[in-house]
Amino acid sequence: MSMMLRGLMGACAMTALAVPAVAETLTIATVNNGDMIRMQKMTKPFTDANPDIQLEWVTLEENVLRQRVTTDIATKGGQYDIVTVGNYEVPIWAKQGWLLALEDMGEDYDAADILPPIAEGLSLDGKLYAAPFYGESAMIMYRTDLMEKAGLEMPERPTWDFVFDAARKMTDKSAEVYGICLRGKAGWGENMAFLTSMGASYGAPWFDMEWKPQFSGEAWKKALTDYVAVMNEAGPPGASSNGFNENLALFQTGKCGMWIDATVAASFVSNPKDSTVADKVGYALAPEGEKPQMWLWAWTLAVPSSTDAPDAAKKFVAWATSKAYTEQVAAEEGWANVPPGTRTSLYENPAYLEAAPFAKPTLDSIMSADLKNPTTVEVPYIGTQWVGIPEFQALGTAVGQQFSAALAGQASVDQALQMAQQIAEREMAKAGYPK
Amino acid sequence: MARKVTNSRRWTFTILAWGVALLIFFPILWTILTSFKSEADAIASPPKFLFFDWTTENYAEVQSRSPYFRHFMNSVIISVGSTLLGLLIAIPAAWSMAFQPAKRTKDLLMWMLSTKMMPAAGVLIPMYLLFRSWGLLDTRLGITVVLMLINLPIITWMLYTYFREIPSEILEAARMDGASLMKEILHVLTPMAVPGIASTLLLNVILAWNEAFWTLNLTTSRAAPLTTFIASYSSPEGLFYAKLSAASTMAIAPILILGWFSQKQLVRGLTFGAVK
Repeated sequence: MSMMLRGLMGACAMTALAVPAVAETLTIATVNNGDMIRMQKMTKPFTDANPDIQLEWVTLEENVLRQRVTTDIATKGGQYDIVTVGNYEVPIWAKQGWLLALEDMGEDYDAADILPPIAEGLSLDGKLYAAPFYGESAMIMYRTDLMEKAGLEMPERPTWDFVFDAARKMTDKSAEVYGICLRGKAGWGENMAFLTSMGASYGAPWFDMEWKPQFSGEAWKKALTDYVAVMNEAGPPGASSNGFNENLALFQTGKCGMWIDATVAASFVSNPKDSTVADKVGYALAPEGEKPQMWLWAWTLAVPSSTDAPDAAKKFVAWATSKAYTEQVAAEEGWANVPPGTRTSLYENPAYLEAAPFAKPTLDSIMSADLKNPTTVEVPYIGTQWVGIPEFQALGTAVGQQFSAALAGQASVDQALQMAQQIAEREMAKAGYPK
Repeated sequence: MARKVTNSRRWTFTILAWGVALLIFFPILWTILTSFKSEADAIASPPKFLFFDWTTENYAEVQSRSPYFRHFMNSVIISVGSTLLGLLIAIPAAWSMAFQPAKRTKDLLMWMLSTKMMPAAGVLIPMYLLFRSWGLLDTRLGITVVLMLINLPIITWMLYTYFREIPSEILEAARMDGASLMKEILHVLTPMAVPGIASTLLLNVILAWNEAFWTLNLTTSRAAPLTTFIASYSSPEGLFYAKLSAASTMAIAPILILGWFSQKQLVRGLTFGAVK
């Protein structure tokens, strides 16, 4: 054998030894928010510990992501190994057999540490189908200086009447200060997230136990009338176009007295880099009517059944939603920046409680959310600010357009509710309910 | 007889033209300005036009987060590739329709155009299934072919319009001199229609560059062009307007520069045959 041939064979053997088996690439579909972007930057410990796994990130706006991932999973396209989905999708997709159960997440994963309301929303038949990356509920963020000026003191959990009264007293339209900012933009994840949970707090469900729409009921009329009235008197102009981001911008620039929205907003409004009112923000539990306003959302990591790398995918999900990851974020970026709302142990950590003044109301809000009993009457669905049926995305947006029109003054409250009832009856009949 | 244009009239039209141009360009200008602001300045009320703390940190953040060059190369390959492929098919088709029209040519042209009126979402699932079966999901080849098919009616229509302006006698003369069909198209027709072909090429490169529905749905990472790069910076829960603006500026800059340098050809091509 010539020297050259032997040399070549030796080099090949060395290469084979040096390069780990075949590197698996995990394609991870995720949304563009602060916590997810932070995770993308912090994967070094994982890739160092797993040199045979490479990560490919696909970041999309959440509605685009939802459409893209649904198409891929429903057609078994197999483009993604890990997907970021909300707790609305998880039970529906798990039922369809689109997600793998996350049963073997490793010895130190401690699944029992996941907050019970969050774990319950991500499980089907007792099996966890997605691991929560961060969880959120709703709360009131308010301007302490304006509240004081109005001569009021915010209770730990105010009633709706207190909130409406405070909103009117805090409003100073000549100074462009509006007492209350609420979502008005039409969409199942925009105004209907807020109004579904507000309605439930008034005792207004979407459906009765026979899946008959309930928009013609008195509770819905009272909820929508109160919402439109307070927004007209104490809300910002053009509120029917305002979603989470628009209200966040208004609050951060000092134009809102109160804002009731997702708890994740607390870290934005209290950040002095972005918010002009960071040092004047107080937090309270979401208002109470017949029942407290409930809200429960979690961005989770799930493994589609169409993946060709299930073991590697589960390994990554276990790492990204572990206690160790939380500690890594705390060490590198501080406790205030760790993903909130998923693990009990985080809320027992004094360092976190000290760094995040919104931790207690966030935990209390999450723990008080009851997905199965969102309102005063029995309902056939799960969900607090959404209804856990596949039809809800389209139906919620169609009803949201009617409610947004009522806010904009293009329809009366009665007309909007009548239209909502008709739309819901038609869509539910078309979808074959009761099933 | 040439009409004398008074100075005041000329100034009025000049100011009006600049006003309209600025109005059209304003969203792009605002995007570029926002890309140099901090996130807090990006949402400031009243808006800050020029007097803010200029920063390039958004560009640095975008650069560090996304493989811009890979998206850029994908955009170039997909938009230029789909347009060239479309021209290859559309030139003979337009020749046949312009110089050898059949009884139903007009109907055929109208039918081709009508396919552009179909909502793309209506055929997404069948297309996705076909792509999955053929292994074309997230491939440059797959998305190039789709964009070519989408723009083919426009390419054919544009070329047909240009070709009709060329006297058929010239092609007949070439034929009488013994030119084959291929030579007639390649050596006689094509050189005469260069301005039209160039403007068709440029316009379709722009259309393909900006196409967002199919590129977002049929590509994931390896073949994803700049449209997916922009989409990754949009967020309904969190104010990242300055970063989104930086990503948008980086995505549109190449096509803006191309448009600027080729505006003469574009205008010439688009008005070709407009005045006889």
